[in-house]
Formats: sequence, structure tokens, C-alpha cells
Amino acid sequence: MEKNMSDGMKLDVRLPIGGMFALIGAIITIYGLFSDPAIYERSLGINVNFWWGLVMFAFGAFMLLMAWRGAKKHQ
Amino acid sequence: MHGIQLGHIDYVLLFIYFAFVLGIGFALKRYTKTSTDFFLSGRSIPAWITGLAFISANLGAQEVIGMGASGAKYGIMTSHFYWVGAIPAMVFVGVFMMPFYYGSKARSVPEYLKLRFDEKTRAFNAVSFAIMTVFSSGISMHVLAKLLEQILGFNYHLCIVVSAAIVLIYIFLGGLTSAIYNEVLQFFLIVLGFCPLVFLGLKSVGGWDGLVAKLNTVATSPTNPAGKAFAPGAWTESWAHMNSASANPMGVEWFGMVMGLGFVLSFGYWCTDFLVVQRAMAANSMSAARRTPLIAAFPKMLFPALVILPGMIAIALHQNGGSFLPTDAAGKVDYNMAVPAMLARFLPPGILGIGITALMASFMSGMAGNVTAFNTVWTYDLYQSYIKPGQSDQHYLRMGHIITVVGILLSIACAYVASAFNNIMDMLQLVFGFVNAPLFATFLLGMFWRRATGHGAFFGLLSGTLAAALHHGLTLPVGATMGIKGGWLCGGHVLHTYPVDMAQNFWAAIYAWSTCFVVTIVVSLITSKNKTDDELRGLVYSLTPRIKEQGLVWYKQPAVLGVIVLAAAIALNIIFW
Repeated sequence: MEKNMSDGMKLDVRLPIGGMFALIGAIITIYGLFSDPAIYERSLGINVNFWWGLVMFAFGAFMLLMAWRGAKKHQ
Repeated sequence: MHGIQLGHIDYVLLFIYFAFVLGIGFALKRYTKTSTDFFLSGRSIPAWITGLAFISANLGAQEVIGMGASGAKYGIMTSHFYWVGAIPAMVFVGVFMMPFYYGSKARSVPEYLKLRFDEKTRAFNAVSFAIMTVFSSGISMHVLAKLLEQILGFNYHLCIVVSAAIVLIYIFLGGLTSAIYNEVLQFFLIVLGFCPLVFLGLKSVGGWDGLVAKLNTVATSPTNPAGKAFAPGAWTESWAHMNSASANPMGVEWFGMVMGLGFVLSFGYWCTDFLVVQRAMAANSMSAARRTPLIAAFPKMLFPALVILPGMIAIALHQNGGSFLPTDAAGKVDYNMAVPAMLARFLPPGILGIGITALMASFMSGMAGNVTAFNTVWTYDLYQSYIKPGQSDQHYLRMGHIITVVGILLSIACAYVASAFNNIMDMLQLVFGFVNAPLFATFLLGMFWRRATGHGAFFGLLSGTLAAALHHGLTLPVGATMGIKGGWLCGGHVLHTYPVDMAQNFWAAIYAWSTCFVVTIVVSLITSKNKTDDELRGLVYSLTPRIKEQGLVWYKQPAVLGVIVLAAAIALNIIFW
């Protein structure tokens, strides 16, 4: 038990979550900028790739920020 | 519905997800040195992580596909699975039961039964649970592979092998921690992947008011999913039509629903199923363990919007006899296609890849949940207890690795059994239903009545299981044939006929629970206590000192959180009454 306590944070789960969503968000946002507008007929004319990509990117960046702050506090 | 065509961008997203999932496993490998690390995450995880894993582990095949299907078939009444079923049970397990699970230092739910009652009660629970988890994960895999084959044209065998291999690798490397971390990742993926679907779906039917109007025409038409006309609002009002079983598409009246689903089935699942309880047991403190289900309850409460609403929108777009949902040769609508049809209709390439990835994530988290629960119960409750006790910790860690591989292989075998013999699977699920239904009575008495004895618990469980089987053998849903659906005990002259099979399930659970409750009490009173008060300390309410949580800020106190959660659930019930 003691040993595990000292391991404390182990791997901070916010790191992979933040990394994945920042990456996916960035890819989709960029894809949204350059994709053929015709594909958005399905999504009622809304460029969901661009907008939702931004949301996912923001979420990922927020998670990374929290992980970074956590690591700083831990030191 | 036509198949979905994935573009390059969608495959890229899918592979990024796979890479991160596996990466978590590899990153955690060096922290997984003891059997405690592997099976219990060293009891070191903060509450918000175990809380999200708590719901994610349950977010398997049934939830995303099944709840969407139920949303189409029964409408908003499906929300009772959440706002009447899951939420109160999650509050109860967090506030009242977790002190005994976590405080007893039991490593699994069956082990608690051994500490509280006796060896045979534990063995009964451990064996049935182990078999059940392997079959559930097999069924989950089968459903996923079949679905991907159907909508994307993927190869069935490849789907099975790939999903099994990924889950195997990340659990093998990082044990429970890896499963929990991935469950949190999957949780966010499912939420973020389904939000745009719900938004676009709602927008296309004209918002909630437009949806209500469209669903009213579904409700009042005799050709709707239930096959008879109801009052308008039967699909969009959760309580208003529950006075009689014939007035709503689910075919249940409020008493059977509240008692059967709300009390027996939900409490039985959320409070006693090791698959979810294991997540709370991995928390880093007693108060974190108690907060786990309470934190989980907040997003869980909002899940109907993510998983039920798409089904309701699908049936609103399908109307009666439309072409939005696929129908089979006999003209029966395939409701399991509700969510995939929505994905295909509203999501363009790119975001579609996220939706499909979210779907895969839900299946993988459900499967991983089963596998981690299985390997723990096998190693601690069966192998260490009955096969090879007294070995070194490294020996059990090695066993954990081996049984993870074996568990996955058995799941694959089950997936193929499921694809070849659908009836066998239905039958097994039925039998497990019989075994599970009475469990909550045993825990309730075990934790809150110190006089309950080992014999009482064991024979109570046994008779509760038999009562469920007996009830099933004597009743039948309307229009069903004798056999797997029931009625096999009375040669066609059933004692009672239920309007739908869901009502039959609810009542079977009620009978099983009551029988177990009464038999446990009676047998306990005529047998002598097999544990001294000293042995029961920390396991039974009256013999355990109250936990003082004064040091915690109010929003971290389980009782306060519990009240907030319940108030919010009541509010949701009233809003969608």
C-alpha cells in the first residue's frame, strides 16, 4: 500500500485524454476547412467537422492544461 | 437504411483511437508490479476517474445500441432505466453499502460474501459471476462484429480478432488501471461522439416540440411499434401513461416498474455486480470509494439524452411504415439499427469516424469491464481459494496474466457460439437472470441485519433463483410460444399472461427477491450464527462504527452528494412526466 501511495499520480489520465482529443479535434477542424461543402448536406448544411472539431480541440487542450498544472503541483 | 461508407479520414481517426488505447496500456506497464496493482489498481485512483469508469464499464452493447432500440420502441419510458432504476441504486450503494465493501478490505464482491457469510455462498456467487462475465463479453464482441459487418461491410472474424486483441493487450499490460483509464477515455469519446448526432437529429425534427408532434402521430397510430394506438404523448411522457399496463408501449404499470425495475433489478445490478463495484474498490480512500457511484450518477442522469433520444428521433423519422429503419422480410422493424441509421443519416465523413469510433469504444469498454472482473474473481475467489492457496504474490500476478488471455479466448469462443446458436445465448442470459434477481436481498440482509447466517444466505439465494425459474415456467408474454419465453412448466396452460416480456422480467425479479428475502430470514432464525460479532465488525451496519466525514468540504460528502443526485433525478422525472 505504502509503495503505491508514493507512486501517487502514476500516469496522469488527463495526459492521454487531452492528447487524443487535441489531436483528433485539430485533424477534424482542418478537414472541415478543406472538405467539399457538399458533404454537409447530411448535417443540415452545418460544417460539423469544423465546429465540433474546435470543441474537441478545446476540450483536449483544457485536459492537457489540467495535467500540466497537476504535474507542477506534484513537484 | 443503406450501408455506411467510411472515408480515409474516418479510418485515420479510428486508428488514432486504437493507438492511444494501446499506448495507455504500454505506459502503465511499469506501474503494474504486484497482484494488487493488477487486480485492484493498488487502491490508488482518485474518485472522478473511478466514477467515470463506473458508468463506462457498464456502457457496453446494451447501452448504446439497446437503449437506442428501446427509445424507438418504447419512447421516453426507457428513461425509467436511468431515473428510476440506476440513479437511486447508485446513491444507495455509495452512501450505504460502500463502507462495507471498501472498509472490509474484501478484494471482490464474492470475497465479501465469504467474510460476511460462508464459503458456499461465496462459491455460488463467484462461479455464476465468472461464467456470466465471460458470456457477456463474448456476446458484446459478437454484437459489435455483427453490427460492423452489417453497416460497414467489415469482416466478422477480423472484427472479433482485432477488438479482442486490443482489449487483451491493454489489460494484460496495465491490469485494472489500464481498463479504468481507457474507460475514462471511452467515456469522453462516447459523449463527444454522440453530442453532434443528438443535436443534428433534434434540429432536423424541429427541436423537442417538433419531436413531440411527430411522436404523437406514431403513438396514435395502430401500426406503431407496439401494434396498437395509444393516447398522444405515449412516446414522450414518461409517467403519464403508467396507470395501466395496456396504456403504454412498454406494457407495464407503475407498480411492476418501480418494484421490479427500480428496486429489485437496478439495486441488484448496481449494488452487487462486481463489474461496477470493482471500480469503486480501486478508489484511493474510503470517501473516494463512496463518491465513485455518486459522481457517476451525474453524467448517468443525462445519458438518456445521448442514448435514448437518438432512438426516439429515429422512430419519429421512420413514422409508421417508413423507410428510415430497415425492416426484415416479414415487415418487422429492426430497432437495433436505430442508432446506426442515425449515424448514417446525419454525420458527414470526419465526424462520422468519431461516431463509429465511439461505438467501438463502448463495446470495448464493456468487454474490458467484464474481463477485468472475471480475472479478479477467478484468481482471488476460485484459484487462490480452492485450487492453489498460499502462493507468492508474483504467482498470483502471473495467474492474472494467464487468465486474462484465457478469459479473452473464452469470450471469443462464446462470440462464435452466439453467432451459431442464438437460442443458447438467450437461454444462458435467462438462467443468469434467475441467479442475479435475488442477490440484492442477500446483501441487504447481510449488511443491515447481523442475525443473517451463512445457511440463511445460501438457501435464500438458491430458493430465490428457483422462484425466478418457477415464475418463468408458469407465465408467458402475450403471443409468445412456450419455451425460451416461458410457460415450459405447465404444458401450455399458463397461470398468467403478461402484455410484454419486459413485464414478465420485472415480476420474475420481484418474486425472486421476495422469496430470497423471506427464506433468508426464516433459515437464519432457525440456524445458529456462524460468525461472532467480532468477525462481523466492519461488515454489518450495527457493528461498524459510523464513518465521520467532518474533515471534508460539503460537496465531497457522500450524503450531501446523494441528496443532490436524488433531487436532480426527481426533477427530471417531473419535467418529463
